[in-house]
Amino acid sequence: MKDILTKSALELADLLAAGTITSVELTQACLDRIEALNPKINAFLHVDREGALATAADVDARRAAGEKLHRLAGVPIALKDNMVVRGMPTTCASKILQGWLPPYDATITVKIRQAGLPIVGKTNMDEFAMGSSTEHSAFGPTLNPWDTARIPGGSGGGSAAAVAAFMVPLALGSDTGGSIRQPGSVTGTVGAKPTYGAVSRYGLVAMASSLDQIGPVTRTVADAAALTELIGGHDPADSTSLNEPVPPLVEAARVVAEKGAIEGLRVGVVKELSGEGYAPDVLTAFNETVEKLRDAGADIVEVSCPSFDYALAAYYLIMPAEVSSNLARFDGIRYGIRVEPTQGPVTAQRVMAATREAGFGDEVKRRIILGTHVLSAGFFDAYYGSAQKVRTLIQRDFARVFENVDVLVSPTAPTTAFKFGDKIDDPMAMYLNDIATIPANLAGVPAMSVPNAVSDEGLPVGFQIIAPAHGDQRMYEVAQLVETLSDDVVSQCPAAQWDEKSAQAGEVQEEK
Amino acid sequence: MSELMDYELAAKKFDPVLGIEVHVELGTKTKMFDAAPNAFGGDPNTYVTPVSLGLPGSLPVVNHRAVEYAIKIGLALNCTIAQSCRFARKNYFYPDLTKAFQTSQSDEPIAHDGWVDVELEDGTVFRVEIERAHMEEDAGKNTHVGGADGRIQGAEYSLVDYNRAGVPLVEIVTRPIEGAGERAPEVAAAYVQTLRDIFRALGVSEARMERGNVRADINVSLRPDPKAPLGTRTETKNVNSFRGIASAVRFEMQRQAAILDAGGTIIQETRHFHEEDGSTSSGREKSDAEDYRYFPEPDLVPVAPAREWVEELRASLPELPVAKRRRLRQEWGFADMEMRDVINAGALEIIEDTVAAGASPAAARKWWMGELSRRAKERECALEDMPVTPQQVAELEGLIEAGRINDKLARQALEGVLAGEGSPTEVVEARGLEVVSDDGALTAAVREAVDANPDIVAKIQGGKVQAAGALVGAVMKATRGQADAARVRELIMEMVG
Repeated sequence: MKDILTKSALELADLLAAGTITSVELTQACLDRIEALNPKINAFLHVDREGALATAADVDARRAAGEKLHRLAGVPIALKDNMVVRGMPTTCASKILQGWLPPYDATITVKIRQAGLPIVGKTNMDEFAMGSSTEHSAFGPTLNPWDTARIPGGSGGGSAAAVAAFMVPLALGSDTGGSIRQPGSVTGTVGAKPTYGAVSRYGLVAMASSLDQIGPVTRTVADAAALTELIGGHDPADSTSLNEPVPPLVEAARVVAEKGAIEGLRVGVVKELSGEGYAPDVLTAFNETVEKLRDAGADIVEVSCPSFDYALAAYYLIMPAEVSSNLARFDGIRYGIRVEPTQGPVTAQRVMAATREAGFGDEVKRRIILGTHVLSAGFFDAYYGSAQKVRTLIQRDFARVFENVDVLVSPTAPTTAFKFGDKIDDPMAMYLNDIATIPANLAGVPAMSVPNAVSDEGLPVGFQIIAPAHGDQRMYEVAQLVETLSDDVVSQCPAAQWDEKSAQAGEVQEEK
Repeated sequence: MSELMDYELAAKKFDPVLGIEVHVELGTKTKMFDAAPNAFGGDPNTYVTPVSLGLPGSLPVVNHRAVEYAIKIGLALNCTIAQSCRFARKNYFYPDLTKAFQTSQSDEPIAHDGWVDVELEDGTVFRVEIERAHMEEDAGKNTHVGGADGRIQGAEYSLVDYNRAGVPLVEIVTRPIEGAGERAPEVAAAYVQTLRDIFRALGVSEARMERGNVRADINVSLRPDPKAPLGTRTETKNVNSFRGIASAVRFEMQRQAAILDAGGTIIQETRHFHEEDGSTSSGREKSDAEDYRYFPEPDLVPVAPAREWVEELRASLPELPVAKRRRLRQEWGFADMEMRDVINAGALEIIEDTVAAGASPAAARKWWMGELSRRAKERECALEDMPVTPQQVAELEGLIEAGRINDKLARQALEGVLAGEGSPTEVVEARGLEVVSDDGALTAAVREAVDANPDIVAKIQGGKVQAAGALVGAVMKATRGQADAARVRELIMEMVG
């Protein structure tokens, strides 16, 4: 592997600015590695070689002409396949959207284009972002670069694996119940879910609108900060977009990295998110990091958020309700595939039914049916109404504990990466994997996962930091502190040792 | 077709209860939730954006002007304006509904609990209570090709045009309208007409019925007497003329009365209205169990109109049609009957403008309700579409009052104006229509008439002064109407007497 691909995005940005490398060289290196490793990892659903190189050449030319460019100009990026890029296939890893070329750009796409980051392609995911393992992709699962017998997390397994396997330094994910943080945890990458509304959702194919949030997937906290600064900010095209400036996250993280401490930091350990149900190696890693924080001067207190016990139940009522409505537009009338019934009359209703039957996978169907039931007359109050009340209680729990602490911490996921097939036939077991990440989505508060250790089994572990709404800056500071106090996890990824030639020769073990 | 009961008998035997839902398309520049133009016509699928097409990833943003218009409508209907309200998703599948849900308002409308006074033909006032007025978006339009009558049955394929998808609507829902009795058809039509006039006065919609800018769904149920519980109702959809609204109520009363009288039961259903003969026919059965799975729209934040803004809008409301009519009738001194004719002819605003341009109310009414109405009828066009402005009519009347032309010449001048020959003054000058009051020119004509009619002269000299009219007529004829009739009469009397 070329050494440059192990560097962080900000390091690469410095090399580009200094003229040590060109964006075309860097982009070409990424594309080569993607070409070599993707057959093994299946992190990408689409690669745009020409488009990415054209952007890179353009940035190089502008830089050569002395133009002042964005800090990340020329650094390649990958987008989860539920974000639209004009003219680039967008499938949400679903058959129903096969062949669809969006005629418009998402707001994040516009910002990325304006800043001059080559978009190398679209990453794999659980179909319509539903799942915790990327096994629900209609185009095959993504493999975890730490152990290809294991899942890379979900639904953003593609973005996480692409970053962990050094295919690309930056990627975007979307987090509805943990789809950025949980993959981050099981692939040893940094993943952040900003405060709800901090990043525009315009152009993100919705799963559950009130919970979805776009965020960065990177190998360092500083990179995540830089990418969030790029994509954040008010967007008049998204009415839930916050009307406030993006905080100076990169600078805040830099100050903490230099000092190795945060004065007067108060950290709350959430009792409900760090006990029963969490694997021993995960808890050991978590407790060690908490002790390091204490050693670095943080005031550690245990806090209780009793309503969190109902978060998973509330989530699995609200999310499918919104899913059932958001996915109803995929009907075979205007885009994607159209399937006609094989027998009987061809009516609009029957074409819609046949298209949806053929186009949606089991998990998507399961949630649509669940959501349709949840919203139906006679059940609305009992299910949706109660779930919204739980949501309010969770928000109150957060508000109450944040009166006494700056951030909350927990393990990001209850276990390290599990093996393929372990939970695919047991939806409840799969759903439980997001138990620690869901409360932040229900309350709209920011949360992120930072790799803090490698388990005895040789698998990465993630540490979650949750901050109050609009407290993204404090969250990044603490995340930086955790990163500084932890071992370098990402470089221990076996993929760091894979080079393009051996990968092509089939030396990357593919276990089933 | 089902049996009908004689209308008078139906109204005698049963007490009708109405419920009317009126949809009005707002005249905003852009659509309810995106920047696509809100315009009529246009090639199919040209007034669209990713949002109005409901493309994956697209998000709605509320049109501020549409909210303003909805509030104005609410205020004009004496409603309470919500402190905060939300949009909801109404989920159902239909090819012209891009997102498979309509963004509407369910339990949190922007305006609620109001009323509107409706003036009937005989001058009595009927109060209709408003339950709510809420905002929503329109759907697209399907065209079925290849089948009979453009129906979907038997069509080869269907085309969908989303130009109308996302056009802002306000839906106004009445409480049950009770006590209208045999006047129910008139009350229904007058109610919708009153709303139409209010929309126009507010400037929130062109409110053109023929374009479907205003559409009414008419619920009708019958019960044996006003104390009995409400009967089963039918809903006749999308009626878009005042006459049609009255017909639909009338037909449903007759139809339902016949069924009930024969011991049958009314099926709760939607019905189609047929403009040709004023009848209705069965649509789809509609049970109360229809489930739209409403839930709050998570892509939109609540709408919370600032109280100061609402008060500003209240203060800016124009005088509403009913009040305005009362005031103008008073100011103009018209009789009730005259005023009603003016209103029914749709001539109120035009007469008002003509008066404002300097004509007397009586003269303005004379022109618009007389000569111009007659010519409009010949041309089969609306008064407002006649090629003459209120200012020109006032100018014409001014020429008469100044004695430059008389009534007959004025009609000729009007002809020229309608033919596009210019302003009344220009036509009078170009056509040489000016009254001749110059004695020199007139004396010869008078002399001629006197000489040619000795018997009439004798009558006048014998004391029958009114006989002079015949001589005046003769002179007018000879001068092709351009003589000043009063001066001619004076000259005749001088000459004969």
